[in-house]
Amino acid sequence: MKTLFSLFITFFKIGCLSFGGGLAMLPMFQRELSEKRGWVTDEELSDYYAVSQCTPGVIAVNTATFVGSKLKGVAGGVVATIGVIFPSMIIIGLIAALLAGYADIPAVKNAFAGVRACVVALVLNAILKLAKSAIKNKAALVIYLLCLALALLTPLPVAVLVLAAGAAGVVLDLLMRRSAK
Amino acid sequence: MILLRLFLEYFKVGLFAVGGGNATIPFLYELAETTGWFSAVDLTNMIAVSEATPGPIGVNMASYVGYTVASVGGLVVASVGLVTPSVIIILIVASFLKKYRENRLVEAAFSGLRPASMALISAAFLRIVRVTLLREELFAASGVLTDLFSFPLILLAAVLFFLMRKFKWHPLVFIAASAAVGILLRLGE
Repeated sequence: MKTLFSLFITFFKIGCLSFGGGLAMLPMFQRELSEKRGWVTDEELSDYYAVSQCTPGVIAVNTATFVGSKLKGVAGGVVATIGVIFPSMIIIGLIAALLAGYADIPAVKNAFAGVRACVVALVLNAILKLAKSAIKNKAALVIYLLCLALALLTPLPVAVLVLAAGAAGVVLDLLMRRSAK
Repeated sequence: MILLRLFLEYFKVGLFAVGGGNATIPFLYELAETTGWFSAVDLTNMIAVSEATPGPIGVNMASYVGYTVASVGGLVVASVGLVTPSVIIILIVASFLKKYRENRLVEAAFSGLRPASMALISAAFLRIVRVTLLREELFAASGVLTDLFSFPLILLAAVLFFLMRKFKWHPLVFIAASAAVGILLRLGE
């Protein structure tokens, strides 16, 4: 059931359970929104992630607004956003008020060393799942490899890479249409 | 008036920081310098806590900065200020996409955007691997190749990945288990 309330609860849950921020939240989005509820397809999710990375703001919030507005219009976008940031506000509020040295507690440090290893595995798993719908042909594979090399080896801003890749998609489509004639 | 100022400062961060939560960090250092609301050392602690708690890191940092500056009111105002520009921009982009989803040019652009998005996520993944599983500082100091790899963490990540491919458990199961392993084996030391 896609009510505003269920939208809020789902995004609240994602906000509570995902560690590492932004891109590391992808596994949780994919699990909760696409696999479990079927609210968006894997393909749509990678589209939203693509746009969210080159528009200003926090990636997880951008993606939440996108999914919410797809399901329930403007109200859905706002509700999903409030849902995903609400847990942060409560948890950080409590820590800031009560536990100033939280990040220095040995048990917290040890637990998060383990969680970080887990985030590595979770993100790799999510990439492999999404790659099936994002990289379907040779042209897409070339764009993927080029973009990965540029992102790792050059200081080009993310927005430039994303816009160039979009333009490459359009050019390739025009070329293919011409050769098909 | 400090709340209004906080909202406007954060609105600005939300409008100009492109590339996610970590992209807000340079703006926060600037904010620390120009306002004197908190120090650069405070900020380092806030970043550490924001990374070690659930939720989007940008929002976590905004909540922390807001609370430091003006308690609960500041926390709410800073977080809302940060996400307001995103929400407006994404709603506009989303309504545009809804209208032109079937348009051939938009479809073609997305055929390029999708692999690029995967590439950026892969690049972020490699950076996570680098800071999580490698110990470059230790290796640079000692020059011994085996110092470069954090073997217990690499083994943990590999085992978790294998289990994820085999069983469709909820991510939280893996996160809880890895936190427990971290505490038991003192992986943070």
